[in-house]
Amino acid sequence: MPETRTIRVEALSRVEGEGALNIRLRDGTIENVQLNIYEPPRFFEALLRGRPLEEVPDITARICGICPVAYQMSSVHALEAALGIGISPEIRRLRRLLYCGEWIESHALHIHFLHAPDFLGYESGIAMAADHPLEVRRGLRLKKHGNQLLEVLGGRAIHPVNVAVGGFYRAPRREELAALIPDFEWGLEAAVDMTRWLAGLPFPEFTRPYEMVALSHPDEYPFNEGDVASTAGYTIRVSEYERRFEELHVSHSTALQSQRTETAGCYFVGPLARVNLCRDRLSPAARRLADDIIGFETPCLNPYKSIIARGLEVVHVYEEALSILRDYRPFQPARIAFTHRAGEGCAATEAPRGLIYHRYRVNAEGLVEFAKIVPPTSQNQKQIEDDLKAYLPSIMAEPDNRVAELCERLVRNYDPCISCSTHFLKLHWDRR
Amino acid sequence: MTYRPKLAVFKFASCDGCQLSLLDAEDRLLDVAGAVDIAYFLEATSRVVPGPYDVALVEGSITTPHDAERIREVRRQSKFLMTIGACATAGGIQALRNWADTSEYLKVVYARPEYIRTLATSTAIADHVPVDFELRGCPINHHQLVEVIAALVAGRRPRTPGHSVCLDCKRRGTVCIAVAKGTPCLGPVTQSGCGAICPAYDRGCYGCYGPVGQANVTSLADHYVNAGTSPQQLVPLLRNFNGYAPEFRKESERLAR
Ligand code: SF4
Repeated sequence: MPETRTIRVEALSRVEGEGALNIRLRDGTIENVQLNIYEPPRFFEALLRGRPLEEVPDITARICGICPVAYQMSSVHALEAALGIGISPEIRRLRRLLYCGEWIESHALHIHFLHAPDFLGYESGIAMAADHPLEVRRGLRLKKHGNQLLEVLGGRAIHPVNVAVGGFYRAPRREELAALIPDFEWGLEAAVDMTRWLAGLPFPEFTRPYEMVALSHPDEYPFNEGDVASTAGYTIRVSEYERRFEELHVSHSTALQSQRTETAGCYFVGPLARVNLCRDRLSPAARRLADDIIGFETPCLNPYKSIIARGLEVVHVYEEALSILRDYRPFQPARIAFTHRAGEGCAATEAPRGLIYHRYRVNAEGLVEFAKIVPPTSQNQKQIEDDLKAYLPSIMAEPDNRVAELCERLVRNYDPCISCSTHFLKLHWDRR
Repeated sequence: MTYRPKLAVFKFASCDGCQLSLLDAEDRLLDVAGAVDIAYFLEATSRVVPGPYDVALVEGSITTPHDAERIREVRRQSKFLMTIGACATAGGIQALRNWADTSEYLKVVYARPEYIRTLATSTAIADHVPVDFELRGCPINHHQLVEVIAALVAGRRPRTPGHSVCLDCKRRGTVCIAVAKGTPCLGPVTQSGCGAICPAYDRGCYGCYGPVGQANVTSLADHYVNAGTSPQQLVPLLRNFNGYAPEFRKESERLAR
């Protein structure tokens, strides 16, 4: 008879949390670790079938309220590939600018509300604000800049309305963007200060032999395009993605799990993967900060230091956004005209929390026939389980609530999509 | 001591965008956090205070047998239950399954459909328990959310404007996109709250705040059909984030016939 204990007392007697951690022990050693995700399925890949392709960026945005732009960007690039549309350099730059907004917003949120409180021993960013008002208020201001950029360019911060297949519904006016410049100048300096603060947090000693995967582009830090590069030494075209990486459906989760096809091994996507693989393409201010000021060593294999990678990326996006904002001139057409035709296309972009892959097939009437969407969190899930398995033996002697807390912290390094990112873990020990 | 209502935030099938709106009220977040006692908000804090709660914000729709149970428990524990967003008020985009065969959907997405427990429908919270107040939108507007919370703290009954998006376009001085460009726009039948952003970005409203009270969706649809839009184009326009709201649903079903 396995002994199964549920440790966490839930707030409402019959309410389960968003996730649970099942740990199976045999003779005191860990045999298996499963991260359960209870996210109710919403069937996006099915409900997209038969929809007009023009709606795809609006619909896929609703997969995730913290990174809607990532879904919008990946879907429009994949559909443009299917339709044979080439976008102009102006549209391309504006899309990078939109992504800058989302990265600032999402990274600032994660750093200040979800992650830094873990290192400093607070239950939330709000509680941390009482003792660290400067840092939290600065963080809120940075986050607000990200949202303002999304609002000007996209119409609103969550589920922007201005992203279209072929470009934008409307290009912004010059003064709309120019008005943001003073805030972004302040933000660039504030982001540098923030990252110096983050570099001084107390980091647990924990490293793993990760395989890290990110987009890589020869001339720029990866957002919207590039090849898929791995620290294992290979680089492939995005069109080969599905041959190298496969999705599995495991019984304990409603989220699919990705793995390397050949080795069945896990891999790591996200800011730390990007900084490890693309450090030399960070903006000058971010590079200077990494090289001379905080002395950030790469390859970095400590997942807790993802928070520093996130900081460096915030500096990068401020600097890149500023240069786009300063050079911006309105242009025509905001959207490349296209005609419907049957076709298939895929694309990968970098969401704040890691690589995201989309593939679509459309028919001659402009309707979606097939959709495949691989979000960053499902790619990291297997890696998270693997980390927990390696980490648990060192903390097993702690009381159960402490074990849960420490495991949650490890999971938060990955900034998983919010519903499974936060404070959720229920432990089930299965002792045999 | 001033009254600090105990606030809880619950999530069902959703994208988290609506609860995230609360954290998006950056300038007022710390004030709001001071005015209420955030007793349960997994997205923002690991502090968990047991119920009962004065105010529950409920995001998401009901799509699993377990959630159909859980919402009853949330209702029992909450004095004032407010739904936030189109998922909670109308079933959300995931309610498209209500017109489809959910077992087919399962097969499309999951290699092992037998691992998944799900209902054949996605339904609004009000289909399961009484709801005290609804805040519309996909996503909700965080200014409205902060106003509503402020009203509750002050002991007032919250109110949100009940006019259509159309009126907001006039106020903004946006040229009517339906008249000027012939773009089918749901502004005349959609409730205000977004700030009429879509027409200001040169596109038609897609109804993400749901039907306005007494919306005459049929006459608007007839108007667009007479002006040359095919019913096949109007059906997906009505069937998106609020597609299962009764007024939009009835009309899309009529057009689909
Ligand atoms: S209503 Fe829209 S924004 Fe709100 S949770 Fe649902 S999908 Fe997300």
